[in-house]
Amino acid sequence: MNPNLEEVWVYLSTSPLLGLTLTLLAYQLAFAIYKRAGFHPTANPVLISVAILATLLLATGTPYQTYFDGAQFVHFLLGPATVALAIPLYAQWPKLKAMAGPLTIALVAGSLTAALSAWGIGALLGASRESLMSLAPKSVTTPIAMGVAERIGGLPSLTAVLVISAGIIGAVFGRAVLHRLHVGDHAVHGFAIGIASHGIGTARAFQVSEQAGAFAALAMGLNGLLTAVSLPWIMPWVEQLFGR
Amino acid sequence: MIAALTLLLTFQLVGEIIARGFALPIPGPVIGMALLFVALMLRGGPNEDLRQTAGQLLQHLSLLFVPAGTGIILYGERLAAEWFPLLVSLFVSTFLAIGVTALVLKSLTHKRHATHTEGRQ
Repeated sequence: MNPNLEEVWVYLSTSPLLGLTLTLLAYQLAFAIYKRAGFHPTANPVLISVAILATLLLATGTPYQTYFDGAQFVHFLLGPATVALAIPLYAQWPKLKAMAGPLTIALVAGSLTAALSAWGIGALLGASRESLMSLAPKSVTTPIAMGVAERIGGLPSLTAVLVISAGIIGAVFGRAVLHRLHVGDHAVHGFAIGIASHGIGTARAFQVSEQAGAFAALAMGLNGLLTAVSLPWIMPWVEQLFGR
Repeated sequence: MIAALTLLLTFQLVGEIIARGFALPIPGPVIGMALLFVALMLRGGPNEDLRQTAGQLLQHLSLLFVPAGTGIILYGERLAAEWFPLLVSLFVSTFLAIGVTALVLKSLTHKRHATHTEGRQ
């Protein structure tokens, strides 16, 4: 290799600049594809960005940690973005309040379905215990899911990947599922996607309408709270019941 | 925009302090969101700056999940061994959760909605 190029590579591979810039470039490209596809859910920008970056890292043999040293600046913004969800929640508050009873019942039904069906299907198909406990909290936002997984015996970093996969699946296919069930109401649409697919579903719901986005944000927050409190005592009981 | 970002980070910081101080299982940003919501109720809504900054952050919420998602490259071996149960479970369970939530909510709100559904966006 030309000595100057080598020097450039040594600099780039140790500075956070490359990981950060590549993340933004991959997203710009993915978003352009998403736009070109008429915002069709299959062209999900998270899915395309991750595919581009994973291919690049594997092809160049770059360790994930080196990449993340740069990408963490983007990752960090998840915190303030989560706080910012209070604003659409406030805007939709009158409608949310009017539906408080039905929303609570749907929350409990959806939250239990999300966790127990993930565990049950995985167990039937022979997944390992660590994988099952990483699957159970897959429908809630990443930081809560990682904390819950740790407490019930899963692997937090595997959970992060499963959580993001569940988010992408809901964002890509959620509309088709709801269409089959003849659900047209934006409030119901948003709430269901938020329960099953947390922030990625919420990001998608905001592209449907502000109302769908606000209901998704509420569902994500409530499911996060309920799961954080309930799974650590439900899962040992479920395991005992099914003799695992 | 800087004022709004400062406000969001302050609420996150207070949320983190509460979460860790009381060893709560809930992440700091979620507590921060609840606190900001209460503050908005007390103050009668966000100002223009906060509304715009929040709108811009949330418009590209998808971007913020990309770094964690790329972590999939760490799990090549496990995914090679367990891809089938993991994939089936993720798909079926996500569809079930969406379907059950939507049908329960729809059946509970249906009657009330039929009368004034016109106002929705």
